Amino acid sequence: MATLNILIAVCLGYVAMLFAVAFMAERAALRGRGNWLRSPWIYTLSLSIYCTAWTFYGAVGYAARSGLEFLTIYLGPTLIMVGWWWALRKMVRIGRTQRITSVADLISSRYGKSGVLAVCVTLLAVVGITPYISLQLQSVTLSFSSFAVSDAEGAELIATYDTALWVAVGLALFTILFGTRNLDANERHHGVVMAIAVEAVVKLFALIAVGVFVVWGLAGGVGPMMERIDASQIGQWQVDGGRWVGLTLLSAAAFLTLPRMFQVLVVENEDEGHLRTAAWAFPTYLMLMSLFVVPIAVIGLELMPPGSNPDQFVLTVPLSQGRDGLAMLSFLGGFSSATSMVIVAAIALATMVSNHIVMPIFLRLTQGGASGPSDVRHVVILARRMSIGVVLALGYLYYKVSGGGTALAAIGLVSFAGLAQLLPAMIGGIFWRGATRNGALAGLLVGFAIWAWSLLLPQFGGGALSPGVMEQGPWGIAWLRPEAMFGIEGVDPLLHAALWSLSLNALVFVVVSLISFPSPLERLQGAQFVNIFEHSSNPQSWSGGIAQSEDLMIMAQRILGPAEAQSFFQTEAARQGLAGYLPEPTPDFLARLERELSGAVGGATAHAMVAQIMGAATVSVEDLLAVADETAQMMEYSSQLEAKSSELTRTARQLRAANEKLTQLSVQKDAFLSQISHELRTPMTSIRAFSEILRDADGLQSKDLTRYASIIHAEAIRLTRLLDDLLDLSVLENGQVSLNIREGLLSDVISHSIAATGTDMHALRVRRVGPASEVMLNTDLDRLAQVFINLIANAQKYCDADRPELTIEVNRRGGRIIVDFIDNGSGIPPESQSMVFEKFYRVADRQAGGAGLGLAICREIMARLGGTLGYLPGQGGGAFRVSLPAAQRMAAR
Amino acid sequence: MSKRVLIIEDEPNIIEAISFILSRDGWHVDSHSNGHDAVSVVRARAPDLVILDVMLPGRSGYEILTDLRAQPETRDLPVLMLTARGQARDRELAERAGASRFMTKPFSNADVIEALNALVAR
Repeated sequence: MATLNILIAVCLGYVAMLFAVAFMAERAALRGRGNWLRSPWIYTLSLSIYCTAWTFYGAVGYAARSGLEFLTIYLGPTLIMVGWWWALRKMVRIGRTQRITSVADLISSRYGKSGVLAVCVTLLAVVGITPYISLQLQSVTLSFSSFAVSDAEGAELIATYDTALWVAVGLALFTILFGTRNLDANERHHGVVMAIAVEAVVKLFALIAVGVFVVWGLAGGVGPMMERIDASQIGQWQVDGGRWVGLTLLSAAAFLTLPRMFQVLVVENEDEGHLRTAAWAFPTYLMLMSLFVVPIAVIGLELMPPGSNPDQFVLTVPLSQGRDGLAMLSFLGGFSSATSMVIVAAIALATMVSNHIVMPIFLRLTQGGASGPSDVRHVVILARRMSIGVVLALGYLYYKVSGGGTALAAIGLVSFAGLAQLLPAMIGGIFWRGATRNGALAGLLVGFAIWAWSLLLPQFGGGALSPGVMEQGPWGIAWLRPEAMFGIEGVDPLLHAALWSLSLNALVFVVVSLISFPSPLERLQGAQFVNIFEHSSNPQSWSGGIAQSEDLMIMAQRILGPAEAQSFFQTEAARQGLAGYLPEPTPDFLARLERELSGAVGGATAHAMVAQIMGAATVSVEDLLAVADETAQMMEYSSQLEAKSSELTRTARQLRAANEKLTQLSVQKDAFLSQISHELRTPMTSIRAFSEILRDADGLQSKDLTRYASIIHAEAIRLTRLLDDLLDLSVLENGQVSLNIREGLLSDVISHSIAATGTDMHALRVRRVGPASEVMLNTDLDRLAQVFINLIANAQKYCDADRPELTIEVNRRGGRIIVDFIDNGSGIPPESQSMVFEKFYRVADRQAGGAGLGLAICREIMARLGGTLGYLPGQGGGAFRVSLPAAQRMAAR
Repeated sequence: MSKRVLIIEDEPNIIEAISFILSRDGWHVDSHSNGHDAVSVVRARAPDLVILDVMLPGRSGYEILTDLRAQPETRDLPVLMLTARGQARDRELAERAGASRFMTKPFSNADVIEALNALVAR
């Protein structure tokens, strides 16, 4: 005999396993390794939360009581999956594109982000789902007691402790742990979905195991089983056409509107394409779930004593046969069904309660007092957790109040009928652009009221509605009798309530929608929802700038008037080379449209409106603030971009200049190298030729020998000098030269230079004039002397006068000292005057063998000393001017 | 009768060296050191062979050679070009201008004599 302790241990172990699965899936998703989490099979299995404890236990009970009617519960979703696949796809697309988080969010977003509507839907969902959650608690409690019947000690325990309470607490903890671990903008819960998928497999396996045991273990095969079914009451029950149609419709509606179904169908959907697999795989799952329901019911009715609860047949049949293991498996299946439903329903409801009731109240109370987004996140998570607790507490209370005696299926159907009230607003919203917020609200309220009055309240028995009200109607108004409204009597209460509530709901919805006028925002949202496939070629990118030109036009028409808006749009389209009225939403066009609109409604509003459509943004104060924020950022960014752009232009210009300079430098470098090559090879040619002559000397006269040797010597010296000059120039040009700054008299430097050139042995006569030669200098005296020597030597070499004479004249002009070197020769021809300072330049017909670097070096030296060297034209002969900065401290004289 | 060679070169030491080795080899050597009138000097003296430097004062060796090749009397005159700028481009320019032979300074004396003999033997 299975003791209760073992049962509890198994339960705890099972929950621990779920924890582990959820935890691992969460981790895998976090690390980006969760590709397998995104498989269509996981999606399909997660849809199986449609099959709750009601399905697991209740279907057999339902079959035992009402025959094949239980099939309608599966028929609705199957029809939706197979026949309304395209509608589901539209809903999923809308959910993903608009970042819908719940069924309440869907409806309120569609109708202009109506807060009132969101609250209504949320309340309706909470009220509608509470019986459903209590159903799960009831079924788990029932299954516990089924085990405990055979265990006296356990029965005592059950009596002492409130099983339902502990189950509720445990489920609340699990849901809080995995449903609110983090705040995902998409409201996706990988861990929970994975756990649900595992539970889906467990419950299917358990139910099939029991079914196989019943058919082959107890009945003795398929044939005998069929005979037993034929012989049982179930085979003889008549099909009630009205109830069949009604229940199928109800379950189909519930499949779409149940918050937990919306959560797994739309919110947790990873990929629209998964629907393709689910469209056939999920109906197959449902078929497998229902395969053994009738056999178990028939055998249960045969085997179990009269009066035993048929809802527990799945459990009690194996128990009665001593199959404890199978019973345990069956118990786990039921436990799985219950827990998965409660978890997801609690998450879905908590999302709605916190997003649409708690958060708006909190924001209103704090009035922006929350200091930052992290604060808000904290509050949101707290609100979620509290909401989960509240939802489960409500379920528990309902269980306690309703007494836990009702058939499981009946409770489930009450919920179905309640949630089905969302259907007109939902379907109308995504397929009919004319649907308005007022219509949705009115229909919902009417449907909700009728459902509560005629179906929910009577559930509580005498506690809520007195028998008098039930019989005569409130205050004696007969046509308001809960189970015979408008005078229609004798109809099944469920069918009666569903018929009236849904039909009046739909009627009011349509009529009010037709007579009320939607706000512009509502129109925009409506257009986006209804035309979702035209608008979102890529459902993932909600801010991808996929423009809704048509929506822009709708808005513009409302603001500018149809005629003006149309002509504006036509002009814009023509500007883009398009026919018709819808231009591409280019930034240019949007900017012009915004300007156009701001004339009528002001700049901020115009921008917000365009931004809403362009970003497919939802409409809330936070979002408008975010848009405004973003705009500021964009402007900031744009000005940064502008600065960057002009900087880039500047850089490009600089680069071009640098490139040109480099090209020039490269050409110059080639010319320079070519020159150096020439200058080096020329003396080397003489050296080589004469050294070969000397080597092969036979019969050379000693006079020639001496002459040739001295040529070689002279050319070697020329080479050395050339290399010295080149190195000197290179050092000067690179600015690596180290100057030896000293004080000295200018006249001393000149005297020293004249002496160094040995003019006394030369024909050139040097004349020194000028009053300022007694100037004190503070410079590199040796380098300055190098310049002077070069200039004097040039005069020696090139002055072609008969009586060559060089005048060195010193003057002070301003803060500068001027030293002129003027000879009485023919001077440098004008075309060469600018060239003489270039490297290797030689005035034609020169006689002396310089390398042509002297003046280039002199000019570099003067530049280093802070002075200049230039040719002074118009002096009759060759004339060079050296200009020097005067020393700060002047000579005493 | 010895062959007559005209050296057009501005570097006196090089003229002297070439003159010495060619005279020793039996050539009659003449020289000119200016680019301006080089073409007319060649026509006037009508040598059997010309050694032409590229970098001359006044006019470049390429220009002189181009002029020589343009005139019937000197179209087939053997010309050995000497250059101190030994880059591939200089060789190309020399060939385009119509040089019979091209040599880079510094040269080996033996090579010069061999080149000249080969040119007049043709």
